[in-house]
Amino acid sequence: MTETTVSDSTAAPLVVLSGVNKHFGALHVLQDIDLEIRQGEVVVLIGPSGSGKSTLCRTINRLETIDSGAISIDGRPLPAEGKQLAKLRAEVGMVFQSFNLFAHKTVLENVVLGQVKVRKIARPEAEKTAHALLERVGLAAHAAKYPAQLSGGQQQRVAIARALAMNPKVMLFDEPTSALDPEMINEVLEVMRSLAAEGMTMVVVTHEMGFARSAANRVLFMADGKIVEENTPEAFFTAPRSDRAKDFLSKILHH
Amino acid sequence: MGRLFENGNLELFRDGFLQTVELSALSALFALLLGTLLAAFRVSPVPVLRVFGTVWVNTFRNTPLTVLFFAVVFGLPRLGVHFDNFTFAVIALSAYTGSFVCEVLRSGINTVQVGQAEAARSLGMTFSQTLTQVVLPQAARTVLGPMSSVFIALPRNSAIAGAFSVSELYHFQQTMTDLGYGIFLIFFWVALAYLFLSACVALIFRFLETRLAVAR
Repeated sequence: MTETTVSDSTAAPLVVLSGVNKHFGALHVLQDIDLEIRQGEVVVLIGPSGSGKSTLCRTINRLETIDSGAISIDGRPLPAEGKQLAKLRAEVGMVFQSFNLFAHKTVLENVVLGQVKVRKIARPEAEKTAHALLERVGLAAHAAKYPAQLSGGQQQRVAIARALAMNPKVMLFDEPTSALDPEMINEVLEVMRSLAAEGMTMVVVTHEMGFARSAANRVLFMADGKIVEENTPEAFFTAPRSDRAKDFLSKILHH
Repeated sequence: MGRLFENGNLELFRDGFLQTVELSALSALFALLLGTLLAAFRVSPVPVLRVFGTVWVNTFRNTPLTVLFFAVVFGLPRLGVHFDNFTFAVIALSAYTGSFVCEVLRSGINTVQVGQAEAARSLGMTFSQTLTQVVLPQAARTVLGPMSSVFIALPRNSAIAGAFSVSELYHFQQTMTDLGYGIFLIFFWVALAYLFLSACVALIFRFLETRLAVAR
């Protein structure tokens, strides 16, 4: 691990979850979760479906509320719903499994909207930023199209550009490639790898073990609402400690 | 069938028609604004607003329009609110039609995938920004069909204003009947005028549907 090189300004963790609990009815989906994510760290959450990894990811920008515990971002606790929360959410980029691009807006408008409405950036400047970001994700030629005219992989790259346009401190990826056809997964992972390489702080819920191995600083294995195992990708994939993780890896890696 | 448009009757017909257009257009505008506001209330996270929206819709949608006209024209002056009857008619029609607009919009809001609002909130948009920038524009596009029915009904509903001495199309009919013209002849022209108005509203909505269609 490389966290020994962190400087004073980044010594405090960027995202802190402590004693987080959440129920969906009788189901205890998050059980006493403690987690610290440092600046520039790429944390991958893996685990069987229903393990709570997506829910955990979504609690970080309060798309899911929690029943008890505390979550803070950059030292500030998550406020209740309202203007303060909106302000904090602007600092946290979110990429969804189902892309969720605004269907009635062009690709360019999707990337411009948040900048203009939330950051109050002047339109010409916002469009310039949007064009640069679309260029970066390889979609400069598609700026005038509507989301439905793009492939899934292209839509997801636009969604990443839309989140990046807010200049976020941390990016959350909730199964960003799970809804994609196999041949489109790599184009999205490439964009994510380059983000990781540039030092973006990322929380990634994924089933892409290749991505976890190559881009993650840390792998968290979740099962039944708990973080069962936490390790470097190398150690986790070669020598998982828990039976749950061994079982999970044997199912996904050998077929 | 005999003659109808003699002795300045054509001018009366024209004035009645224009009054109906004016009454319907103003009511449509206010109904749209009110209905949108009510729909926002009904999906708002604030319980008081939700209750207000629900009570409004259930009151005005379930009251016969004629009764509502009586309540406005004779009730409001008792509360010290005095307007001419045209304004009262606009108030009654807007309050009534607004409740229908609200429910149509609300059904549209429910068709917009929850992910759209989540994406907007994740960008840091407030509730009202999420609603006005992302959810309502998409909701409105999906409900253009049922919305056209509401606004086609509006000019025809406005005929009730004629019974409250607003000199619109229906009022023209009453005048002509009193003057002894043939009832079928009068109703033929009045009906034709309403048909024309309805067709215009339908055309406007057809245009909007082709213009604003969202690919999903």
